[in-house]
Amino acid sequence: MAYWLPVIYMLIMGLALLIYVVLDGYDLGVGMLMPLAEEAEKDVMVASIGPFWDANETWIVLGVGVLLIAFPEAHGIILTQLYLPVTLMLMGLILRGVAFDLRVKAGDHRRQLWNRAFFVGSLVAAAAQGWMLGAWVTGLQGGPLGLAFSALIAITLPALYLLLGAGWLMMKTEGALLERAIHWARIAVWPMALCLLLVSIATPVVSPVIAGKWFTFPNILLLAPIPLASAICLAVIAVLLRQPELIRRGRGWLLFVATVLICVLATLGLAYSVFPDVVIGRLDIWEAAASVKSLQFVLVGVVITLPVILFYTVYVYRVFHGKATELSYE
Amino acid sequence: MDPVLLARIQFATNISFHILFPAITIGLAWVLFYFRWRAWRGGEALWDQAYTFWVKVFALTFAMGVVSGITMSFQFGTNWPGFMERAGNVAGPLLGYEVLTAFFLEASFLGIMLFGRNRVSPRMHLIATLLVAVGTTLSAFWILSLNSWMQTPTGYYLEDGVVMVESWWAVIFNPSFPYRLVHMLLASLLTCAFLIAGVSAWRLRRGVGGPGTRRVLRTGLLLAAVGAPLQVLVGDFHGLNTLEHQPAKVAAMEAIWETQAGAPFTLVGWPDASERRNHFALEIPYAASLILTHELEGEVRGLNDFEGLHPPVPMVFWSFRVMLGVGVLMLLVAWWGSWQTRGGRAPSPALLRALSWMTFSGWVAVLAGWYVTEIGRQPWIVQDVLSVAEVAADHASATLAGTLFGYVLLYALLLAAYIGALRQMSLKPAASLGLSPQPATVQEA
Ligand code: HDD
Ligand code: HEM
Ligand code: HEM
Repeated sequence: MAYWLPVIYMLIMGLALLIYVVLDGYDLGVGMLMPLAEEAEKDVMVASIGPFWDANETWIVLGVGVLLIAFPEAHGIILTQLYLPVTLMLMGLILRGVAFDLRVKAGDHRRQLWNRAFFVGSLVAAAAQGWMLGAWVTGLQGGPLGLAFSALIAITLPALYLLLGAGWLMMKTEGALLERAIHWARIAVWPMALCLLLVSIATPVVSPVIAGKWFTFPNILLLAPIPLASAICLAVIAVLLRQPELIRRGRGWLLFVATVLICVLATLGLAYSVFPDVVIGRLDIWEAAASVKSLQFVLVGVVITLPVILFYTVYVYRVFHGKATELSYE
Repeated sequence: MDPVLLARIQFATNISFHILFPAITIGLAWVLFYFRWRAWRGGEALWDQAYTFWVKVFALTFAMGVVSGITMSFQFGTNWPGFMERAGNVAGPLLGYEVLTAFFLEASFLGIMLFGRNRVSPRMHLIATLLVAVGTTLSAFWILSLNSWMQTPTGYYLEDGVVMVESWWAVIFNPSFPYRLVHMLLASLLTCAFLIAGVSAWRLRRGVGGPGTRRVLRTGLLLAAVGAPLQVLVGDFHGLNTLEHQPAKVAAMEAIWETQAGAPFTLVGWPDASERRNHFALEIPYAASLILTHELEGEVRGLNDFEGLHPPVPMVFWSFRVMLGVGVLMLLVAWWGSWQTRGGRAPSPALLRALSWMTFSGWVAVLAGWYVTEIGRQPWIVQDVLSVAEVAADHASATLAGTLFGYVLLYALLLAAYIGALRQMSLKPAASLGLSPQPATVQEA
């Protein structure tokens, strides 16, 4: 028990954060794309994420919640060290969350203001999340190399979100907006690919532990499928963007799915790299774990509720299946 | 400035901002369910109209609650890392259950409630509205259980200074929890009742309300007329329970400096910590003993029994009086208004004016109540177990001051925007709110 419980919680936390990146990723991405759209299209973009964004954000609450439940000591260390980026992210999330509603409710003269707030909030939140991820991977050490790495991820993650957002719009919109989404994806994809490549090179450089885990025999062979599969996903995206006909005929979801797969693969790679640490190089999951009794108590709840949550999440996505049009409360 | 103090101010700012919105949404979710249910049963069209208007207010309020709540879930770690390390075995699971059973439920079905009217059957829409209401209430259940445990901890033991759980039942249903839960749920109901009545009064005064507006106004009044006396009763029991478990808090609430029999109740006054007495006190003889012990000559413990371990008195004393004052005012206005509007009678201009003024009175009472509870617990974060100073993070004062400034600025802006938007929505004439269904939101491809 004392061995497996922390491992199980690590899995749950990873899963929650992965789901968060994918789900809130697309809606943050849509937020960042907003200024590029025409006035009328903005409403459609907002409508396309309207029913979902709140539930999407709940996954980060779960992720942080699991960190707190299962690894209270790590929760303290990580959130204290990341105080500033966390605060920035929160302010970003606050701003976009309310702007979402106020842009239609605060009166027409304020609309531009809240549109801008929606964009700025999305961008700040995405970049801050990237920064936090980067700082965490480098073991919260700081230093010039660590900072440069955090900055790099602070660009990569928003780029990834942009692609997710564009992919989402390809599924949920049509006509001129769809064409724009294709155009945006074309612009976003190469910087993102480049950033991902740089991150893959930089990670082992900044973290010798990670380098040791990858570049030894036979690990490197066993792990090869991860970068390979990522390359294939990228190729699929590139091909799709070359053949917009396919997207117009309703294959836009392929691009979205390929981007999601990239996220999944990156998470797998990262999980392998850092396991079993929660604060890299300082604290492993067994040292940080809460008492067995607390972990068991929550696990009962997780086992019962998580399937139910997944079930109704799918239900909600099915209810709102199809193309979005403008926003109203009927 | 002292970093611990700054961290406290920051935490207080965030949670105070946060609670404003749950205080509305918990009650409003149930009221919306009621409107929807009336409409679903084939009631008059006005219920549908009422739902259409108030669901927009709900959406905005909910969004404010969610984003400020997400901040709260990080504040524990950023500001009180020691709290999570030492009491994480209790706090973690309770917060975890809140996420698992409440947050996902309300957030997911909110989408259907707001945007899904043309996509699901009326019955399913009614169910979605119900599930959102259940979610908000469950959320209050878990978080208040945690907060109550911090006030009156039971069911635990300490191992190397770390809290370990002995019995989950005793942790969750700790002695102050039932009182706090009922008191808070009623507080939310009252906050929402006065919001509804107040906004309806704005609309009637501006002449933009339809016939339904009066009915809604009366719904709010009736809710308040029933809720307010209940709240006074529950509050009294709550206070007696506090006396049993946190006598220092009660001594501060009543500003009783010395233990005494036949203690007077100080209506107003200025508690002075350096002289340990109350200036300008207006007292009712024996009343404190009567209220607290239900005996004229009952002995009430004073602050002298808790030297150095009691909360700052003036803030607790005054907050308590503000809450009581608003509570009594609510009761009077609600009864007056319910009587006046009986049998479909029109509300008088005086009543409308009073109700507009009291639109946000619930906020005042809720904040005051929480200040009593939380400041009254000082210097403890978990009563008699863990003190605040032990668990604070060691951020630089400048960092804390800077982020605090940012939060205050952001919150001031958002509060202004929130109230402004509420005004905007309220001043739209009823006709433009649409009795007839509007075009579909999200159409099938
Ligand atoms: C689950 C826990 C919890 C809940 C539901 C609340 N609080 Fe709290 N509060 C705390 C947990 C806490 C805390 C973490 O325990 C603090 C931080 C420092 C302290 O003493 O207690 C605190 C401090 C604190 C302070 C500062 C007191 C001081 O330091 O002198 C204020 C004014 C409030 N809170 C107000 C509120 C309000 C308006 C709430 C309404 C929702 C609220 N609290 C709910
Ligand atoms: C200090 C402790 C608190 C924390 C850490 C906290 C945390 C949160 C979080 C993370 C959310 C967002 C949930 C989502 O994504 O849907 C939220 C919303 C909510 N919270 Fe809190 N909260 C606290 C205090 C309270 C209290 C005391 C109450 C009620 C009595 C409350 C009631 C609610 C409700 C009803 C919501 C749903 C959103 C809304 O209705 O506006 N919370 N809270
Ligand atoms: C007029 C009669 C009332 C009495 C006698 C009363 C009594 C109390 C007491 C004794 C506490 C502190 C309990 C503790 O910390 O242990 C409290 C807290 C509180 N009160 Fe009241 N109250 C009254 C009215 C109201 C009203 C009208 C509202 C709001 C609309 C309200 C909202 C609150 C809240 C939110 C708290 C903090 C949460 C809690 O500890 O329950 N109260 N009340």
